[in-house]
Amino acid sequence: MQNSLHINPDSCTGCHQCVLACSDRHGDDFSPIKSRIQIFRFEDEGRYVPYTCTQCEEAWCQKACPTNAISVDGNGALIVSDAQCVGCKVCTIACPFGTINYNADTGKVIKCDLCGGAPACVEACPTDAITFVNSSTTGFDKMRKWAAKTDAGSQPSA
Amino acid sequence: MAWAGKLLRVNLTKGKCKSEPLNMDWANEYLGQRGLATKYLAEEIDAKVDPLSADNKLIMATGPLTGTSASTGGRYSVITKGELTGAIACSNSGGFFGNEMKNAGWDMIIFEGKSKKPVYLYLQDNNAELIDAGEFWGASCWDTEDGIKAKHGDQFIRVASIGVSGEKGVKYACIINDMDRAAGRSGVGTVMGSKNLKAVAIRGTIGVSVKDSETFASAVSAGKQVLADNPVTGQGLPTYGTQVLMNVINEVGALPTRNHKDVQFEGAHDISGEAMHEPRKSDGKPNLVSNAACFACTIACQRVSSIDRTHYTVVERPEYHKASGGLEYEAAWSLGAATGVNDLDALTFANFLCNEHGIDPITFGATLAAAMEMYETGVIDDKITGGIKLNFGSAEALTTTVELTCKAEGFGAELGLGSKRLCEKYGKPELSMGVKGQEFPAYDGRGIQGIGLAYATSNRGACHLRGYTIASEVLGIPEKTDPLETDGKAGLVKAFQDATAAFDSAGICIFTSFAWTLEDVAPQLDAACDGAWSTERLLEIGERIWNLERQFNLDAGFTGKDDTLPKRLLKDAANSGPAKGKVAGISKMLPEYYELRGWSKHGVPTKETRARFGI
Amino acid sequence: MFGFLKRLFGFADNKQTGSTQTGSSSTSEPKLSLSPSDSEKRGDQIHAEYVIVGAGPAAVCAAETLRKNDAEGTILMLAAEDAPPYSRMAIPYVLTGLISEEGTYLRGDDDSLGKKAISVHHAKAIALDPNSKSLSFEGGGGCSYNKLLIATGASPIKPPVEGLDLPGVHHCWTLADARAIADKAGEGAEIILMGAGFIGCIILEALVSRGAKLTVVEAEDTMVPRMMNTVAGNMIKLWCQNKGITINTSTRVTGVSQGTGQLDVAMDNGTSKSVDLVVVATGVKPNIAFLDGVGIDMDEGILVNDMLETSISDVFAAGDCAQGPDFATNGNSVHAIQPTATDHGHFAALNMVGNKASYQGSLNMNVLDTVGLISTSFGQWQGVEGGENVELIDVDNFRYTYLTFDGDCLVGALTLGRSNNVGVMRGLIQSRIKLGGWKDKLLEDPNRLAEAYIACRQ
Repeated sequence: MQNSLHINPDSCTGCHQCVLACSDRHGDDFSPIKSRIQIFRFEDEGRYVPYTCTQCEEAWCQKACPTNAISVDGNGALIVSDAQCVGCKVCTIACPFGTINYNADTGKVIKCDLCGGAPACVEACPTDAITFVNSSTTGFDKMRKWAAKTDAGSQPSA
Repeated sequence: MAWAGKLLRVNLTKGKCKSEPLNMDWANEYLGQRGLATKYLAEEIDAKVDPLSADNKLIMATGPLTGTSASTGGRYSVITKGELTGAIACSNSGGFFGNEMKNAGWDMIIFEGKSKKPVYLYLQDNNAELIDAGEFWGASCWDTEDGIKAKHGDQFIRVASIGVSGEKGVKYACIINDMDRAAGRSGVGTVMGSKNLKAVAIRGTIGVSVKDSETFASAVSAGKQVLADNPVTGQGLPTYGTQVLMNVINEVGALPTRNHKDVQFEGAHDISGEAMHEPRKSDGKPNLVSNAACFACTIACQRVSSIDRTHYTVVERPEYHKASGGLEYEAAWSLGAATGVNDLDALTFANFLCNEHGIDPITFGATLAAAMEMYETGVIDDKITGGIKLNFGSAEALTTTVELTCKAEGFGAELGLGSKRLCEKYGKPELSMGVKGQEFPAYDGRGIQGIGLAYATSNRGACHLRGYTIASEVLGIPEKTDPLETDGKAGLVKAFQDATAAFDSAGICIFTSFAWTLEDVAPQLDAACDGAWSTERLLEIGERIWNLERQFNLDAGFTGKDDTLPKRLLKDAANSGPAKGKVAGISKMLPEYYELRGWSKHGVPTKETRARFGI
Repeated sequence: MFGFLKRLFGFADNKQTGSTQTGSSSTSEPKLSLSPSDSEKRGDQIHAEYVIVGAGPAAVCAAETLRKNDAEGTILMLAAEDAPPYSRMAIPYVLTGLISEEGTYLRGDDDSLGKKAISVHHAKAIALDPNSKSLSFEGGGGCSYNKLLIATGASPIKPPVEGLDLPGVHHCWTLADARAIADKAGEGAEIILMGAGFIGCIILEALVSRGAKLTVVEAEDTMVPRMMNTVAGNMIKLWCQNKGITINTSTRVTGVSQGTGQLDVAMDNGTSKSVDLVVVATGVKPNIAFLDGVGIDMDEGILVNDMLETSISDVFAAGDCAQGPDFATNGNSVHAIQPTATDHGHFAALNMVGNKASYQGSLNMNVLDTVGLISTSFGQWQGVEGGENVELIDVDNFRYTYLTFDGDCLVGALTLGRSNNVGVMRGLIQSRIKLGGWKDKLLEDPNRLAEAYIACRQ
């Protein structure tokens, strides 16, 4: 079973260490806008929600890509090949979670790639709100179910 | 690297913005943020200037670590000549605004002149624009922030703004960013208001880079570990916030109560961090909703609170049923112990309002306490208060007057003067509990001797954040000293003041210093910034900054005579607790302090000292 | 290129014989090659369990889904063009030089389809006989199937204007078109682009990036009229004009004639223009003519139900040629976009293998980058009866957000100048998320879409 990101918003303090680590890992500078993980702040509730790609099994982004630029790596991450991505952005509207985004600086889309198996956000998180654990022990199935609900139809029982 | 290398100069009189390179010679001597902006201010304005005149300038400045992953690296400071004090003002704030400024590619913004009509600055990376703020003038900080985000269609814009208090000249108006983070003290918001500058809105997408990202990452990682392992920054602050101190300071006998008449408050527990965790009767939920972090902060001391919906203050005001920035220790003290009020929800409500409308709760609470004493002693009466019964312990007096003060209406306009001007107005200057026009925070100089000296010598008027000797005298950081002892405190105060000046100039939060020394900061700066950054260099920079601020104040007209405490602390002994019978021993500590600083016996930096620091 | 195709597909030079095989040289992968031993030969016909007519995104997605759910059934994909399965959507980026022709290939050149034992046969189906469950190919030969998927896509419409057959007038639809346009659309070339719809605008971007001097002629009174409302369409127009592009809306080309070295293009606004190239992008129509007389239910496209079944048993349809369930209207619509094509392909395949799966319907949506201005369009942005809407216009900064609601659900959205988290609009609409209190927040500030989605999803 592969590891996947497990996000527990209840532990999140909204500090953005994950965001900083992500942008640093992928762009060598600290730039929240270029991070592939975002923090949504619900100030009125004192609630902070880290948010990134769930690496769907039937990935809308991947299917929508006209140039075969999105593939699955050995860690189960859907990764974007910069050489193949033409920046058409169709994946950005196809993904119902909004977790693949266009980066105007590079003209490519960016998304969480699980850092090749050692996610920087996990390492940076001071409260274990983001962990990288065995998929079967996470609430990942719950997220998958949500994904299915957003799907263009019901998934067959495999 | 680390510095963006440029500053934005905004001439409000002409309505022009221009970019100029950061003076790196000065950056090498003053680091950034507090130090560097003070250098700019001291070079660019006459220290005798009227703080509310167009000739005063207001600087918003980040430090080199602002916007990086260094823990707490999201700070910015507002530096100006303060309206409350007439001294150098430097108010430090967290939240996300500082990072946004840095991410937009700016180390600092210098506002000069005065706009003819209300404006706000909208800064989107390299595009700076002054926009008519007519639609926001008269609005609270909360509505202004929401309004600007909606107007520009971007929830990620960060806003620092003033409320009506700042517009109308309440002497201790703050600048509020991110809804509940404040550049709180000395009336920096009042200066901003005098310039007709309603808000600064920033969206930064450029990014912040460091000299050596790999070394930086490991230095940051080590720093985070030190914070995590430290009982104060790793457990105490996340769990209880600064409010962990309420019961502790009360037991030490240094919790100023009822305008410093007492040093212990019988209602301390009711308004403590522990009480914020206790379920309330109405809905079984505690006051505290969660703790939260400012940008990049791995401590997360911020309180997010809610008010009991059945409480009289909000029962008919659903707009306050949300969670918002809760009580921090200083505010809980000033709104509570200082006024003798032990109603946690009333305090939380008052605190919400201070954030919403941008007034400093410390000065407000302390001023109200002074007014209460004048009321109880018959100096002022119902005619003056507009019928409000200003008795110590009255939650209603607190919540009524805070609303009035936020809008500078009725008796609130009087309270908006601050305690010094208010007490002078009614012939009782000795009832103002502060130094250089700024009210004390939440520690009594009789029960904790070192902090008394720190207050007396603080460059921005009474302040705990200019040399937090509480760390040593109460918490034992880095080592325990006796709070009742005056010996050795001059050196302790100086060491704290110098180190703090360096922390405050780096872009990080002073709360890291519960766990970090400059030895933990230096490797992070060294990996981030061009040049070599050692602990020794940082200490020297800290001391240089202190002397520059001192020189500014002397030039502004302050003298050594202002380095003192109110008569009450010097003459009236503490009446209970461990410090019972003690007064503040300033006279025992001050000469040694001057000597250690290389100042004359009148408190003036000697020629040699000035030469040593190039001042 | 042909050598490469031969190497890849093996059968490219002997397709007349109808014999086909996978090009996989891998021995570790399951060997499910289609050969006479495991495919019944009927005369010169080949047989496959699953036949897919077409080789675009719907076809490829269907083939891969078939293979995932049926390890053994033979899969035959019929490609009418002389190229590996590719995506038309990527063609404009060949023109911009971002990718080579190979970059448009849906599964690259690593023979990933072959490894999955998916055969690609280069032949154009010209007739369907549902009784014998067989297809005939242009130039002879044919195949038979157990289950058939029609994914023949669409073709550009040539409007009834004189001179559109002249050399120098091209659609921008196939790789061959792209080559022809690339040949003429160099730096400084004068070009008339007929049509400022979605496809026209994508081509527009590519032509501008080649340094061409562009004049756009659009019959409707705004740009991308089927994707954007007038406000947003006109903001896009203004944006283009600011970039030096001539945009003539409410204008038609009345005739193209051969001038000296150039083409003379006459317009109904009384002007004419001499140009090096005319690109026609005035809409597309489904490729369904070969089904005339078969008795399959068709309207605008091939009508399919929620299982992507046509009116003929064992025949399915997907992609641009299919008029499938429309998520928003509960009717049937042709939504000629790749996400719909792949959804169609996915669900058709599931049903073809017998895993009953009901498709919720396609959502009309689009994203466009018009020389740097990003626009998106989702669902019923025209609004619904009794619904509410909110509009936020920032003309100076070319930002626009328009949301339509039905009750407390979002049903449509238009944005300009927004590139982050745009997918949540699909999520909000297609999951029919009840917004509750967030609806009022969105009515107050429609930009808080992502927050609304995350808050309501928790």
